Amino acid sequence: MRIANANGDGQDCGRVIDAVLSRHQRDATRLMQILREIQEELDWLSPQTLTAIAEGLKLPRAKVEGVAGFYHFFHSEPKGRYRVLWSDNITDRMLGNADLMARMCKKLWLRPGEVSEDQLVSVDTTSCTGMCDQGPAMLVNYRPLTRMTPERVDKVVDLIRHKVPLDEWPAEYFVVEDNIRRKDALLGNDLAPGDALRAMRGPAEMLEAIKASGLRGRGGAGFSTGQKWEFCRNAVGTGAHGAHYVVCNADEGEPGTFKDRVLLSAHADLVFEGMTVAAYVIGAKKGLVYLRGEYRYLLDKLNAVLEKRRADKLLGKSILGQTGFDFDIEVHLGAGAYICGEETALLESLEGHRGVPRKRPPFPVTSGYLGQPTAVNNVETLASAALIAAKGAAWYKSIGTAKSSGTKVLSISGDCARPGIYEYPYGVTVSQVLADCGAIDTQACQIAGASGLCIAPGEFGRRIAFEDIPTGGSFMIFDNTRDMFEVARNFVHFFVDESCGFCTPCRVGTTLLKNVMDKIHDGHGGEYDIGDAQRVIKTLKTASHCGLGQTAGNCVADTLQKFRPSYELRLTVREFEPAFDLDKALSKMREVTGRDDPGAHFHIAHRKSKSGVGAKAGDVS
Amino acid sequence: MNAAAPTKRKLKVATTSLAGCFGCHMSFLDIDERILDLVELVEFDRSPITDIKHCSPDCDLGIIEGGVCNAENVHVLQEFRKNCKILIAMGACAINGGLPAQRNSLDIRDILAAVYARPGRGVHIPNDPEIPLLLNEVHPLHEVVKIDYFLPGCPPSGDAIWKFLTDLLAGRTPILGHGLIHYD
Amino acid sequence: MTDGQTNSFFLDDEEIPFEEGQTIIQAALTAGKYIPHLCYHPEFKPHGSCKLCTVRIDSRTITTEDGQSVKIPGRAAASCTTPAVAGQHVESETPELLDLRRTLVQMLLVEGNHYCPSCEKSGKCLLQGLAYDLGVMDPHFPQYFSKREVDASHPDILLDFNRCILCELCVRASAEMDKKNVFSLSGRGATKHLICNSESGRLGDTNLAATDKAANVCPVGVILHKRHGFEVPYGQRRFDKAPISADPVQYAPVKEKVR
Repeated sequence: MRIANANGDGQDCGRVIDAVLSRHQRDATRLMQILREIQEELDWLSPQTLTAIAEGLKLPRAKVEGVAGFYHFFHSEPKGRYRVLWSDNITDRMLGNADLMARMCKKLWLRPGEVSEDQLVSVDTTSCTGMCDQGPAMLVNYRPLTRMTPERVDKVVDLIRHKVPLDEWPAEYFVVEDNIRRKDALLGNDLAPGDALRAMRGPAEMLEAIKASGLRGRGGAGFSTGQKWEFCRNAVGTGAHGAHYVVCNADEGEPGTFKDRVLLSAHADLVFEGMTVAAYVIGAKKGLVYLRGEYRYLLDKLNAVLEKRRADKLLGKSILGQTGFDFDIEVHLGAGAYICGEETALLESLEGHRGVPRKRPPFPVTSGYLGQPTAVNNVETLASAALIAAKGAAWYKSIGTAKSSGTKVLSISGDCARPGIYEYPYGVTVSQVLADCGAIDTQACQIAGASGLCIAPGEFGRRIAFEDIPTGGSFMIFDNTRDMFEVARNFVHFFVDESCGFCTPCRVGTTLLKNVMDKIHDGHGGEYDIGDAQRVIKTLKTASHCGLGQTAGNCVADTLQKFRPSYELRLTVREFEPAFDLDKALSKMREVTGRDDPGAHFHIAHRKSKSGVGAKAGDVS
Repeated sequence: MNAAAPTKRKLKVATTSLAGCFGCHMSFLDIDERILDLVELVEFDRSPITDIKHCSPDCDLGIIEGGVCNAENVHVLQEFRKNCKILIAMGACAINGGLPAQRNSLDIRDILAAVYARPGRGVHIPNDPEIPLLLNEVHPLHEVVKIDYFLPGCPPSGDAIWKFLTDLLAGRTPILGHGLIHYD
Repeated sequence: MTDGQTNSFFLDDEEIPFEEGQTIIQAALTAGKYIPHLCYHPEFKPHGSCKLCTVRIDSRTITTEDGQSVKIPGRAAASCTTPAVAGQHVESETPELLDLRRTLVQMLLVEGNHYCPSCEKSGKCLLQGLAYDLGVMDPHFPQYFSKREVDASHPDILLDFNRCILCELCVRASAEMDKKNVFSLSGRGATKHLICNSESGRLGDTNLAATDKAANVCPVGVILHKRHGFEVPYGQRRFDKAPISADPVQYAPVKEKVR
């Protein structure tokens, strides 16, 4: 980021915008990358900037504004030269992020969400940044800082006050560890770049091998990879630019997940090789990685790996000297939108639109990126495909269970001695995982993230497998000191922040559910509110457009079932409690009239609000 | 109450208007001569019709018009909830705040400052303990107490009120149907 | 349907013929069967955001070991975007779905500021008409009382965002029919909102004309024509005279425009 930019110097701005637009050939489908690159130069996207981009791309201005307004990491108002975003997953909360953020705000004389008067800095929260094994974490100008401590907060405050450029901050602040604790077939592979490609005998044979291996999608849904590739391979591209595409879904936003971060950091070659295998099978010439904006720091490293692969003839024209085997990969960055992990929302975003999930059918395998047949696969799925290409289907099929072949990489965080990355053959029990990572006195595990499953000790004998507990990899552990109501409340807030707002049930329902949870948290909830929550959850599940809304109530439903006392202990004895704080509703008139006598209050003992403005009182510990 | 009394006891009905315009009460009178049938079934307790100031503790029905805009409204509503078996929100204002709630887009302090500004003599907002304090926002009834039934309309027509009450008095869940259900 | 060539499915046990490519709601409305909807419009491709038209498809009844009949609910889907499939059984007027739709209407009623008595659209507002038909007596949930703007900058058209239900009909009309892109959406989730295509953000600085489709498609009272209001007396307005569900064929897709 260029520090001394006023964004007011028209000529300067014009030059920056023009340069970025030219770099992207004024291609409107590249709007996301254009907005990000321009913002990195100009600090923010002013109304004039948006107009200039729209004109340059021949897009309606409102469309550009609408895209900029959709993503959390684009801002069409100034957010300060230093934009600090604290990761606000429940695991960050458990590590004390609320106190640290309060400390930072106090030292900067700031309130969360506000920009300092000198336009220097703003401090706010953001959804899980994928650093749960080394939190509390935060982003400064979209670069991750991990393992925050009070001392580190104080030093960061000083650096900001002294306007020290980010590049000159101590490098150790930005260290992101891989924390690989258990390796199995995938993470323990001994493959060299190109091994998988050299082992391939033909697209049809390769497809058969993937099918025979039983590989299923690792993002969580578990669709057969072989079937997906076969549908895609058989689909015909349409129009003048008919083509097939491979898309790698690296928008790992599920709270508690960080295994794709580690795969891309430690095994990028294998992931790209898996994309190349997919391209070989379906006949794609182009592949796209959709990397979540939180992992911006990996971009240069990934591009370097791609460059090396091109030099080694593992990408580009005539891969391995094989005429007609042409394939290249480009990394696109997201900009802070969990919903883009949903494959059709991801495709919308790749094309430069708001990340709103598409209607299905048609499915991406027939009509995906730019309306063409597209195989969208998870990072881990693609890496596993490369492994299968190199080592054979039979070998792979022998790992795991009958219905879930292979291994699963788990991202483990929360209350355990050794958080990090654990790879297991499918079929491992929850209790085995807990023992390995050093979890004691565990009262609950949240598996598969905020949208996943909350299980209690009686279920720890269950297995990680598609036929029992399927997961994209998030595995959060809560010991006996934690309050499961607060866990659910944190997740409900997450869904409010991340709903795309397309459909009524999710747009309104997530907020209504949040309001109920906050009301209960504040000590104003009654049985009536539990009934309302159930009604909203049912509506979300039945009527929502996509998986986000359909699963947004799971955390409340699960904890209501398994940890009901954590709710009941907060409820008042009355069934019905007012929807708002009666006494607080007289605050403005007390101010206007100067009255504070008993007649200027409602004497209802239960009214004592606990949540102050931005106080984030939801600290679980 | 006499233990040997016939089972056809008259139901006790209380009514009031909070932040409303009494239009719903006026519409109530539009049931015209059917009011004679009604008084065979009910007797009025606290109501503008009787001028009784407080609810008896054994009211069966409480019918409330208007939303909640000040402290007194809250107290009256709580009295109704405490003393009535069934509480009915009648009319648009009772149900979503109605026209008075359109002030909610403004800060009450700004409203008062504008209303009580006297040219050249500053702002003098009346401040007497007799004057109920306004709430920051106007709220519908069901945000303050539990409401059992809702009768929409601005006002609900005499026919709608009649249908609603006869259903209710007969023990049926009221259903208005086309022509009677109205939000305006 | 005796013609063996015609495709058909069952809607609440009534046989509905359909043409290849039609969605469930398109076929149902063409056949004179009403399915509630707000964001669906006969002249536009289905959108699927309001979810009022949610139906259940292919529920099954199974008999358990002890002889009990248990109903396994079919999958829920928006009937406006779900293609009709021959032989499928679609449920629409079930207590569960009617309750779901009432809840969705209540969600819209608390999200925006819907004060019918002062709205020019009252009596012909689709949200209101649908709420009447579903028997929605109250908004149930606490009101948001969200603070939204009014834009009176255009000489002929007034925008009252308080009543917006985010159906995107104006967005679609302006893009697809008027080819002007006057409206778009910004924000997301609970902050999603309608915007105008101008740097000032004002409607007056766009090229919207009162005769545009976008200026005449709003199902609720957001996009209003100035100098017109309350022209039809109470009692004679659209939904005074007939419920929204009467004469479903009026909502049947206009083929040449949708295809």
